[in-house]
Amino acid sequence: MELKFRRNSEYQDLRGEMTPHETYIRRRELLAAAGLGGAAAVLGGLPAFAQTPAQVAAGVALAAKKSAFTVADANAAEADFNSYCNFYEFGLNKDDPARHAGKMNVANWKVTVEGETDAPGSYDLTKLVDYSQLEERVYRHRCVERWSMVVPWIGVPLWSVLSKLKPKPEAKYVQFLTHIDRTAMVGLSYGGLDWPYSEALQMNEAKNDLAFIAVGAYGKAMKQQNGAPIRTVLPWKYGYKGTKSIATIRFTTTQPATAWNMAAPREYGFFSNVNPNRSHPRWSQAQERVLGVGGFNPQRKTEMFNGYEKQVAYLYEGIDLIKYH
Amino acid sequence: MAHSALLRTFGKTWMKPLTLVALIAPFAFLAWQFFQVFTDPLSDAMGTDPVAYIHHFLGDTAIRILLITLAISPIRDITGWAPIALIRRRIGLAAFFYAALHMVAYLWLDKNWDLGLLWEDMVIRTYIMLGMAALVLMIPLAVTSNNSVIRRLGRKTWDRVHWLIYPLAILAVAHNLLMVKIIYGDPLIHAIILTLLLGWRVARWVLGKLNAPAAAA
Repeated sequence: MELKFRRNSEYQDLRGEMTPHETYIRRRELLAAAGLGGAAAVLGGLPAFAQTPAQVAAGVALAAKKSAFTVADANAAEADFNSYCNFYEFGLNKDDPARHAGKMNVANWKVTVEGETDAPGSYDLTKLVDYSQLEERVYRHRCVERWSMVVPWIGVPLWSVLSKLKPKPEAKYVQFLTHIDRTAMVGLSYGGLDWPYSEALQMNEAKNDLAFIAVGAYGKAMKQQNGAPIRTVLPWKYGYKGTKSIATIRFTTTQPATAWNMAAPREYGFFSNVNPNRSHPRWSQAQERVLGVGGFNPQRKTEMFNGYEKQVAYLYEGIDLIKYH
Repeated sequence: MAHSALLRTFGKTWMKPLTLVALIAPFAFLAWQFFQVFTDPLSDAMGTDPVAYIHHFLGDTAIRILLITLAISPIRDITGWAPIALIRRRIGLAAFFYAALHMVAYLWLDKNWDLGLLWEDMVIRTYIMLGMAALVLMIPLAVTSNNSVIRRLGRKTWDRVHWLIYPLAILAVAHNLLMVKIIYGDPLIHAIILTLLLGWRVARWVLGKLNAPAAAA
């Protein structure tokens, strides 16, 4: 088993250059406390259908139109979606995020955009996501641990967000970094991964219609344990490829270091496409346990690209997906 | 160490039945939870992933009882209270019982009795192979744990057969360590305890070797 002894020095350099997100968040809170919180005044004048981040507290109802993306099987029970999570910043057990993540403040969220872009800066959620155009997409979330849940996500296509950020032509990759909240994230000291959690996509993958930015699920705004207030969902890849509670979006020319790949390169690659033909070194990926459907959860055969072969196979033409897993 | 009459009574009357009750309790608890999920599929008794829960419960119980089995001899030698050795056999058999149940659960709930899938799994998943090996090694220990067989085997042969507990315990702990993404929590604790229990025996052997020449002289 790969143990995380090696540290990528380039990754460490990049990390050192980052804006300390949590300081940034607190600055906004200070401004708001000083009476400069203009958001309240703005809210009053908005049309009924527009939902702003200030109103979208975790769990608040969200209006979303149905999309063409559905799964033949039943949705996982919402209680399971909210109580069975992998979010190691809050602890390593499946129920730790539900217990601790609620303490993470998601109000006045800012996303820092940097790197190869003509529009760097700090963005409110409304600048990134058009809350009047939310759609519900039912995707099967396939974890690398061999379980899956069918989840009705709510959000907008990833490219609809990224195109607003004007990535330069030189940008070959888009990297996402998770927020760090040192008071709420009790698992930071022993989580086993480098923080902040980093994940990335090639630009052509990010442009694929399946790539999704989620702000909610099950008709409501996302809860913190699932990555509130904004996260990526990449249904043809293993679950860890989705970045929760995004604090930074960075466009790069070289392949960024990603958390699980840094932790165990032989086990977790960059693409991380769902591939029943490529076993994890220590377990087979041919099957998965379906969760959230009650009873003694049935096994199902894992599908190539999690069933989305038609939509994404073109991205990997000519690429050996066993070698580049 | 002075042994009171109370302790002697305990050793003679309560110790064995209480141990048996303690060993069966986890099974009774699991059976109750299993019944709940079986009769009400929406029950929360085994959490979101009941199959994984069953595997972990049985596996953790088996490995912990195995570690207790390995702790009996050190406790006996350190405290000097010999009667505790009387419960070692039933504790060891309980470890086998839970390990066997753990494998049955895996074959039934995970592999659906498909032997082809089982073989594929064993070959790809190293830790499954290690677990199978540990269980297989437990079989000779289990079948040589009754009085008539012990008498027939004699001390030397019995000792050799039961020495297998050391490799099988290592295999069981390795099985536990290789199945998690990050080494932490229970698998780590099991590994530490096993290291201490084996370390105690190694230390005793080494000290014995060091003292022997002195004793001979």
